Amino acid sequence: MQTGINRLEIKDFNLYYHRTKALEDISMMIPEKKVTAIIGPSGCGKSTLLRSINRMNEMIDGVTVEGQVLLDGEDIYQQDIDVVELRRKVGMVFQRPNPFPKSIFENVAFGVRMGDNVPAKQKLEEVVERSLKEAAIWDEVKDRLHRSAMELSGGQQQRICIARALAVEPEVILMDEPASALDPIATAKIEELIFRLKEKYTIVIVTHNMQQAARVSDFTAFLMLGKLVEFGPTEKMMTNPGSKLTEDYITGRFG
Amino acid sequence: MNSKGHLRKIKDRIKIGLTGSAVLLILAILAVILGTVIIGGYKSISWEFLTQPPKEGMTKGGIFPAIFGMVFSLLMMLIAVVPVGVATAVYLHEYARPDFILTKLIRGAVNNLAGVPSIVFGLFGLGFFIQFIGGSLDRSLGQSGLFGQPCILWASLTLALMNLPMIIVATEEALRAVPQAERAGALALGATKWQTIQNVVLPQAIPGILTGVVLVVSRGAGEVAPIMFTGAAYYLPYLPKLPTDQFMTLGYHIFVMTTQSPDIDATMPIAMGATLVLLALTFSLNIIAIIIRSRTRSQLRKGR
Ligand SMILES: Nc1ncnc2c1ncn2[C@@H]1O[C@H](COP(=O)(O)OP(=O)(O)O)[C@@H](O)[C@H]1O
Ligand SMILES: [Mg+2]
Repeated sequence: MQTGINRLEIKDFNLYYHRTKALEDISMMIPEKKVTAIIGPSGCGKSTLLRSINRMNEMIDGVTVEGQVLLDGEDIYQQDIDVVELRRKVGMVFQRPNPFPKSIFENVAFGVRMGDNVPAKQKLEEVVERSLKEAAIWDEVKDRLHRSAMELSGGQQQRICIARALAVEPEVILMDEPASALDPIATAKIEELIFRLKEKYTIVIVTHNMQQAARVSDFTAFLMLGKLVEFGPTEKMMTNPGSKLTEDYITGRFG
Repeated sequence: MNSKGHLRKIKDRIKIGLTGSAVLLILAILAVILGTVIIGGYKSISWEFLTQPPKEGMTKGGIFPAIFGMVFSLLMMLIAVVPVGVATAVYLHEYARPDFILTKLIRGAVNNLAGVPSIVFGLFGLGFFIQFIGGSLDRSLGQSGLFGQPCILWASLTLALMNLPMIIVATEEALRAVPQAERAGALALGATKWQTIQNVVLPQAIPGILTGVVLVVSRGAGEVAPIMFTGAAYYLPYLPKLPTDQFMTLGYHIFVMTTQSPDIDATMPIAMGATLVLLALTFSLNIIAIIIRSRTRSQLRKGR
């Protein structure tokens, strides 16, 4: 099961903020090179679940976890796992664009520069160009690579952040409501991009927007109060949900 | 207009009037101080005044040794206080858990240190640095009077200790201003914690740290109490060469010229001139720092 279609698996996973349980018995497979959406009402634990996949929850005080998250068959919560290595394999894009106050070039090169062997200048330039092209922003910024990323629009900044994540050649990309701070046109661009990126990457995206989940994702996980209510192909979930709760949520009765 | 609105308007006027006159008062006080110093001091200022040592029992001549000693001691103070202060702030803000006992202890110590009067630092410097550390050093080296006596080293360390809280607080404030989202961004890219601090956090904190450095330099230049037992000399016929030499410094020189002079008519103009120089120095330091800060800011915004 580890090779082929299921490289990422969450198994009997619980997470506590101090004594409060935020995730309860989550088990799901995240298929390779597909887009998996995590949906659910605000505060149900979507971001928490996403951060569990690259151990970003460790930044937060008082977090404890139980269970496993398997990447290529290996539990990322094992003692001897190197989080730095893990995060190079599992990239992340945040809800609000968070470029560094550095040049576009330096933003994209950042992850590579922090690695063990920093490539020569020319190789680095190639990496930056490839990543910017992959993130569909190369044409917009190629003449201003050494200007600050802070001068760009929100949508452009978010694509820089995606390029930045791509530059370290991850296998999985986690996105936490990547378009929620953006206008509809910028949102459409991000969605197109996601659609193209799944050829190469496994993508997990949190969204509270049902239409967005329907548009971009192949699989959907529906979360409520920290529990996984339903997980399955997006199309089936949208047209023929297996649970009353899912149906209510999808038809907009709450959330 | 109804009477309520009218009343509010009158109240507004009164408030504006009060704050306005407070500002005017402050400006007036500043003008009087500056005026006194400038009028009293400008006649003394000349190239010779700035570059020559005092002459004829300090009733003539310049203040160069005092300027030189001040710069020497302040540089040494910065060499000591900036690394320690910044490192402490980074530890407190980036590494330490806020509920940890050691963290609370350090914080408590820093706060208490900030409230200690500067004369106490002077006495502490005398007792701890000179007599205890310096004395022990001398004894173990089998000599006397090298480290166990007032000198630039101990005066600078005393100033550094006095200013440590200010550097720590300024740095912590600067660190706090760096968005958490940027730290998360760096960590999520596989940067280690130290790489994140070094490459994302500290570069943005530099303007804030510089502010602290300027404040500390101004304060260090103006304080006499911490150095008068620990290294400052009444008068020296030579310039200090080593950190173990005593030194003349502007603030203490002014103090000496105004309070210890047998011929106040001769020394008062010199003291006024020295005061003007001290003010001008701290003023220009502040301006330089403001320029550096705004440059760093706009460079950060531009991304380089
Ligand atoms: N840093 C934190 N400390 C304590 N509780 C948290 C923290 N972050 C989230 N929570 C709690 O965990 C639950 C899930 O939050 P979150 O994952 O942000 O939900 P979502 O992303 O679905 O809106 C919420 O009840 C929230 O209050
Ligand atoms: Mg969220």
